[in-house]
Amino acid sequence: MTTTTTEQTATASAARTAPAKRPGGRRREGAAWVFLSPWVLGAAVLTLLPMAVSLYLSFTDYDLFNPPRWVGLRNYTQMFTEDPRYWRSVGATLTYVVIAVPLQLALALVVALGLKSMRRGRGFYRSAFYAPSLLGASMSIALVWRALFNDGGTVDNLFGTGGWVNRPGWALLAVALLTVWQFGAPMVIFLAGLQQIPTELYEAASVDGASRWRQFLSITVPMLSPVIFFNLVLQTIQAFQVFTPAFAVSGGKGGPADSTLFYTLYLYDRGFVASHMGYASAMAWVLLIVIGAVTAVLFRTSRTWVFYASEGDR
Amino acid sequence: MTTATDTDAKADTSAATAPVRAPLAPRRVALHLGALAALLVMLYPLAWLLATSLKPADEVIASLDLLPGSLEWSNYSTALDGVNDVSVWRLLGNSLLIAGGAVVGNVLSCSLAAYAFARLRFRFRGPLFAFMIATIMLPHHAVLIPQYIIFNQLGMVNTYWPLILPKFLATDAFFVFLIVQFMRGLPRELEEAARIDGCGPFRSFFLVILPLTRPALITTAIFTFIWTWNDFFTQLIYLFSPEKFTLTLALRSFVDASSTSAFGPMFAMSVIALLPIVLFFLAFQRFLVEGMANSGIKG
Repeated sequence: MTTTTTEQTATASAARTAPAKRPGGRRREGAAWVFLSPWVLGAAVLTLLPMAVSLYLSFTDYDLFNPPRWVGLRNYTQMFTEDPRYWRSVGATLTYVVIAVPLQLALALVVALGLKSMRRGRGFYRSAFYAPSLLGASMSIALVWRALFNDGGTVDNLFGTGGWVNRPGWALLAVALLTVWQFGAPMVIFLAGLQQIPTELYEAASVDGASRWRQFLSITVPMLSPVIFFNLVLQTIQAFQVFTPAFAVSGGKGGPADSTLFYTLYLYDRGFVASHMGYASAMAWVLLIVIGAVTAVLFRTSRTWVFYASEGDR
Repeated sequence: MTTATDTDAKADTSAATAPVRAPLAPRRVALHLGALAALLVMLYPLAWLLATSLKPADEVIASLDLLPGSLEWSNYSTALDGVNDVSVWRLLGNSLLIAGGAVVGNVLSCSLAAYAFARLRFRFRGPLFAFMIATIMLPHHAVLIPQYIIFNQLGMVNTYWPLILPKFLATDAFFVFLIVQFMRGLPRELEEAARIDGCGPFRSFFLVILPLTRPALITTAIFTFIWTWNDFFTQLIYLFSPEKFTLTLALRSFVDASSTSAFGPMFAMSVIALLPIVLFFLAFQRFLVEGMANSGIKG
């Protein structure tokens, strides 16, 4: 018996290390590339090649009609040292990300916790709170938002705030609130994560006399940390690229006083309105690097606070 | 709504076996009141949109009332006339064509790629998979301008090709990943059985795996439809003839309009533009919510 088992393990591991030797292995490798071919074509022609081209264009002056003219680092130096609107777009985007993402995630978590301890109607609330996440990305809702936060709009009537969309600083907050309103998507993910935390942990903690707050800090947060991290990365990346609401609220101009001139809006303005494709490409590459850096920093800090219960079997 | 009933049923049985929980009732009432209050605030903008689409011009501004004094159905007939002499039906058709094309493209190409990544062995599978995952985080803007130049050179600007073609090349890596995750959960024995029965990889993909992957494909289809329908940026840069506009783009012409007299028709058209998403949501909310909940967060 022992010998056969060893033999079996030996053959199994041999098969694992040398899959090509299996009968039909070659054909399957060929088949894999057939299945993969649309993706390979797309990745090559619509992702890798454009990335290389946009890097090249970022060092040129290009207006779509005349051939690109090499200008070296000119676009970048102009961006960083001579273009106050560029920095205003950076400022608006960072302010928006820092306001909208934490507020949205906090609200998502609070509502998810509330729904988790509900017995009846959880499914109904979950769907109802999720609906704005789908509708909110539309131009229709962006237009509603502009009207609600305009002079004489509901928010003005209720709080006497005046028209937010016409006041620098406040217009940005209106856009941020539209993002917060769409907390349903991260909420659904939080709720799924919460339901995977074993109830025995809470029962044991109750027996030990831990308060609800203590249980939240010592059980919920660590057990949920991978999901918090996932939502944080996803929402941050998305927030950096927000476009439609800023376009609608400001009539496509990024106003008032450039306060909603989000990075992508300014990129669109430089590339497709002013036809400075080289400049817009440089902006795109800086965005790519910043998003990459932010993601890397999040991943690095995550080691200190994200807890994987199943680390062993990964 | 199946999910709601499922959870309720489960909760009811646990309530029967654990009557100790009954004293918590006031907390539950408070929870419901809180959730309902939050829901009212959440849904207010949608109610406002619906109400405003039926209001006469002079009632739109400076009125907090959701109920219009008189119903102004003419807002809708004005909206049906469309924008720039293009009727709403045409705009709706354009939107449907683009969203439909994107759905077919994504379901086809993403499931093919996902099958290779989930089930087949090939050289560089690890690095290619890592690259595919990385493209989920790649900002669209990094590839936008060269893509525009390519489509421009091909004479495809101001056609629907730039909006549909990329979907047939599995460029939405998020869905490839979603389907990979799902396929990994299917038992391998199925394909082994199919292979013993003489199925090659193609037949076992189409006959065995694809039918079982249906939930993930439906999620992909619904999300693709809704995201394409809502998409504004890509349509804004690629389309400029009014007769090729989508509903979203037609709404754009209201963005610059400052006159408040067009408010009623504008929001009537906004309602029309939202209607398909609302219908999709009502019909498929179970898939949507679960698709979102399962989007790769299982440890």
